Amino acid sequence: MNHSSVKQSFLALFFGRLGRYALHGVEQVGDASMLGLRALSLLFVRPWQGKHFILQLYALGVGSMVIIIITGAFTGMVLALQGYYTLAKFGSESLLGAGVGLSIIRELGPVLGAFMIIGRAGSSITAEIGIMRVTEQTDALEMMAINPMQRILLPRIVATVIAVPLLVSIFDIVGIASGYVVGVELLGVNQGAYMAELIAKITMVDIYGGWIKAIVFGFMIGMICTFMGYRSEPTTEGVAKSTTEAVVVSSVGVLIIDYIITSFFL
Amino acid sequence: MKAYRRIEMSVGVFVLLGIMAIGWLALKVGQVGGLGESGYTLVASFNDAGGMRSGGDIMMAGVTIGRIDSVTLTNNEQATMVLRINEGVKITEDSFASVRTKGIIGDRYVRITQGSEDTFLTSGQEIEETESAINIEDLISKYIFSGKD
Repeated sequence: MNHSSVKQSFLALFFGRLGRYALHGVEQVGDASMLGLRALSLLFVRPWQGKHFILQLYALGVGSMVIIIITGAFTGMVLALQGYYTLAKFGSESLLGAGVGLSIIRELGPVLGAFMIIGRAGSSITAEIGIMRVTEQTDALEMMAINPMQRILLPRIVATVIAVPLLVSIFDIVGIASGYVVGVELLGVNQGAYMAELIAKITMVDIYGGWIKAIVFGFMIGMICTFMGYRSEPTTEGVAKSTTEAVVVSSVGVLIIDYIITSFFL
Repeated sequence: MKAYRRIEMSVGVFVLLGIMAIGWLALKVGQVGGLGESGYTLVASFNDAGGMRSGGDIMMAGVTIGRIDSVTLTNNEQATMVLRINEGVKITEDSFASVRTKGIIGDRYVRITQGSEDTFLTSGQEIEETESAINIEDLISKYIFSGKD
């Protein structure tokens, strides 16, 4: 084998592998979207999945509330603390409310909220569906003429789309309130200034932006986590791998989509 | 069945809390306030809006009396602002509008000073007397170059 052919085969290998990864990635995104949309298209088809939807809303929404409140509280508190020491250098502590409110409503609420929900609920969705595949429960459902897409995927996707904005709004308010406690009660910022600046500086566009992010994240988390579970290899390692992948892919996806949505709103 | 009832109830509490949070954000922080916009609008043209944006404050005697609806460029040289003034605030025809700054690095706002006439502006009318934003860089350069000769 001469020198140039070694080089050529190396290049071929490199580009071949790169191309394969890229194609695989695009394929996965397409697959996940198709599966999610197929499940969603069953939303208005009988039998209604109301009870399963409520059960999922309980598992995702109610179950994630404590962690959302704790994260929101500490995020607001640390923002107030950091913001205070930075603003105090310029003598503009009165802007603390606006700083805490804006960063929580526009960025941290949706993104940190989504991360917590991915860790708490997204992973359990993938693992649950993956194990259903391993134990052939989905096949059993099909035997009973129940569409597993409608019974298993649909309620989970709808529940994340609805639960994430609600949880993010709760996160926002807990964050603003705990920022108030640290800023006003502990650090002695003017109590009127905190709320007044917050209300004056935050417009409806900021709040809409946060909600749109939350809804998109909810949809994405639901779609990715159900897809990973549904398509996981029916082995113990397969379920473990797809659970990890679901968490990683949805977290990275949240960050990327966050940037895209933010760039549209500014 | 009893367990399902409890689940249903806690979901209800969760949804209620979430909707309350959404409502508080919209009404208190975002001030959607009664859907339709209240108050009336006036127009004012400035030579220099100084980076003023919609949503900025309009103040009279240091009290916020409205918000700026829009800032647009007219005739390729002037900044025209639509000022939304709160209901109940009356502004005389010969009043005076100026773009000011809160503090040194603070926000811009529009200050309206009442005139002496008895007739008041109605919706859509224009405040004719305006003063542009004071540009600190212009002031400094004026000071530096006047010292040279």
